[in-house]
Amino acid sequence: MTETGFLRAALRSRSLVLGAVLTAVFVLAAVVSFLWVPHDVAMLDIPNRMKGPDGMHPLGTDHFGRDILSMVMVGARTSIAVAVVAVGIGMVLGVPLGLAAAARKGSLLDEVIMRGNDLVFAFPSLLIAIMITAVFGASALNAIIAIGIFNIPVFARLTRGAALSLWTRDYVMAARVAGKGAARISFEHILPNVTNLLIVQGTIQFSLGILAEAALSYVGLGAQPPLPSWGRMLADSQTMISIAPHMAIFPGLAILLTVLGLNLMGDGLRDLFDPKIRRVGR
Amino acid sequence: MSLLEIEGLDLDIHGEAILKDVSLAVQPGQIVGVIGESGSGKSMTAFSVMQLLPDGAVCRGRVTLGGHEMLALPEPSLCRLRGNEVGMVFQEPMTALNPIQPIGAQVAETVLIHEDVSRAEAMARARKALERCELPEAKFPLSRYPHELSGGQRQRVVIAMAIALRPKLLIADEPTTALDVTTQAQILRLLRRLVDEDGMGCMLITHDLAVVADMAHEIVIMRQGEVVEAGPTGRVFDEMRHPYTRALFEASGHQPERDETPRDVPLLQVRDVVRDYALPRTRLFAPQEHFRAVNGVSFEIAKGESLGLVGESGCGKSTLTRAILGLEEVQSGEILLDGEPVFTGHRPNRDVRRRMQVVFQDPFGSFNPRWKVGPLVAEPFHLLDDPPNGADRDRAIAEALESVGLAPEDRLKYIHEFSGGQRQRIAIARALIIKPELIILDEAVSALDVSIRAQILDLLADLSARFGLTYLFISHDLSVVRTITDRVMVMQAGEIVEEGPTALVFDAPQHDYTKTLIAAAPVLPERGAA
Repeated sequence: MTETGFLRAALRSRSLVLGAVLTAVFVLAAVVSFLWVPHDVAMLDIPNRMKGPDGMHPLGTDHFGRDILSMVMVGARTSIAVAVVAVGIGMVLGVPLGLAAAARKGSLLDEVIMRGNDLVFAFPSLLIAIMITAVFGASALNAIIAIGIFNIPVFARLTRGAALSLWTRDYVMAARVAGKGAARISFEHILPNVTNLLIVQGTIQFSLGILAEAALSYVGLGAQPPLPSWGRMLADSQTMISIAPHMAIFPGLAILLTVLGLNLMGDGLRDLFDPKIRRVGR
Repeated sequence: MSLLEIEGLDLDIHGEAILKDVSLAVQPGQIVGVIGESGSGKSMTAFSVMQLLPDGAVCRGRVTLGGHEMLALPEPSLCRLRGNEVGMVFQEPMTALNPIQPIGAQVAETVLIHEDVSRAEAMARARKALERCELPEAKFPLSRYPHELSGGQRQRVVIAMAIALRPKLLIADEPTTALDVTTQAQILRLLRRLVDEDGMGCMLITHDLAVVADMAHEIVIMRQGEVVEAGPTGRVFDEMRHPYTRALFEASGHQPERDETPRDVPLLQVRDVVRDYALPRTRLFAPQEHFRAVNGVSFEIAKGESLGLVGESGCGKSTLTRAILGLEEVQSGEILLDGEPVFTGHRPNRDVRRRMQVVFQDPFGSFNPRWKVGPLVAEPFHLLDDPPNGADRDRAIAEALESVGLAPEDRLKYIHEFSGGQRQRIAIARALIIKPELIILDEAVSALDVSIRAQILDLLADLSARFGLTYLFISHDLSVVRTITDRVMVMQAGEIVEEGPTALVFDAPQHDYTKTLIAAAPVLPERGAA
């Protein structure tokens, strides 16, 4: 497929375009927040607390009178950073593990990697994340590590499954005839052919990471005050939901739309990379 | 009136013309062979009859089946006809059956869909259909699952499904292409018997002229969506009015020009090689069981010779190939190239490995789709301790591509830009680049159309003469082996059962298995008048 053909197919896919736009809006908000926010998120303005949306505060203010739009923008920073690093940890550790397991299929190494995977899968991920943050202290960094660990088996298993079918291909046999070892074949021939899958899974894990970060912050184990976070904004608003519903609605919408955007993008990418589905057209 | 009549059929898919003015007719009790190379539109003609066309397909013309105007019928009426009046047999018996349903239920399903009968009655009918396809109850109860059957037996089940309701027309799309020669002969015999018994019409689609030569009453030859020649089989073979028919016929029996001087300096020596595979344990503490894939095989190939290795699937040829290439260690025996062992101290010997290369069957699966042709062809350079770089490397790639008849600029393209035949040339270029002495051709021409196959065989003969190459030519296709090898070995169940000069083995086979193989292979009639 040529590059322009790929771009044209991408633009034709409605879910991909919508997902990419939604995601881009939040990434942009996070980037802009470094340079400019409508109001300082650390500045309390008690007389103006719990105000509904108006000209001064487009999304209203919270119970300390902070501007919600500014907090959502800065919160995007935390959510995206945590999710990116957590997915990164999962890929950097999980993909080589999966490649190694596939290259030595049926060996002791394969067994150890895959049973280790099962072990991590067997624990309820959020509980373990809570445990880690409870033991090592609540911080964004510990949240990242906790979420990242649970991304490792996801990528390891996906990579192994896809790599196993690639190992039976003739071009892998040709590479073996050319004297290439398992590690070299894994990186030269297997990895480039599983990237599509990894990108798709990456977007989905990314949205799950954002949800997990929100959940950890909600119970107070994620990013710590005064750094704004979507999850904690929700937690703070819950007792006042009948007086100031906007305090819950806007961070909630931010989470919903980002996750929706990422999932749509993941779906769209999967369709785009799969020539069998692409034919049908959307 | 004909059973099936196609008149002036045009088919466009997404605006691209696939079929142009196709006309053919099938009478009851008649087998019509539809022959063509890939892309000739032979399968699309069949799908047009069934009206099972992909999205974006537009048909014009007339297709009449037993009085029904197929192009005008609404979908529900078509559903009543499919399976009932027309049965279809596909190429790949491995995927045509549902793996989680017993065969009885699958055959009975056709009956249940079309007729208002009880389940017991449908099962009885299924039993009868299987019986007619020579799958007796004692050995093949209805409760068997597809994975318990061989390829040929599965194809019989597929045929039973197609004929369960005694359709008037049977469409068989490459029904034997995926099968071994002896199985192919049995399936063809079965199809002919069913056609005779039921008086149904049969449209037999194939790329192999020899298959239809002694099967079909009439032949239709297609090329690029058009019928180029049609008529009674005998007449078409005698007259060959269209140049394409002649080209196809000549390509099928093509004999490349080869230097056949006998040679006696041994290059590859295989002595008493045994290769066992550990079988998966069925119980936790059961003793480890083994499957002996190669059992005491010995042979030699002389320098510059071309040796054929013939055998049906599962006979151990691929295992033997992997052992010779040094990809797997053997349990006993030795493999020497020019006196040097392929394996030394449990490690493949790089000095030996760089003197041999391989070309695989599948022109689509043997290249990494994400690499350009240049690096793909240059991959075996990895075997050299001091591989060429920069301009030297580019020159070597260009040389390899030119020697197989491609342009040096092709190294900048991706593999999907090439046709099947061109890809096989690239595969040969990849094998040639490190100037090996031995090239193993593992079914290297089996997936190609006959005209392309003839070109590749010529290329191989030419390269062997130019570079003094030695070939080990592995194939299940006897006619190809006959044209390109000096000597031939026949392999059965892990053992070499017969070996000798090619002409001798083919003309006077000694071993029973060789006799069966040669008798089963379809042959083209001698060229008549014209």
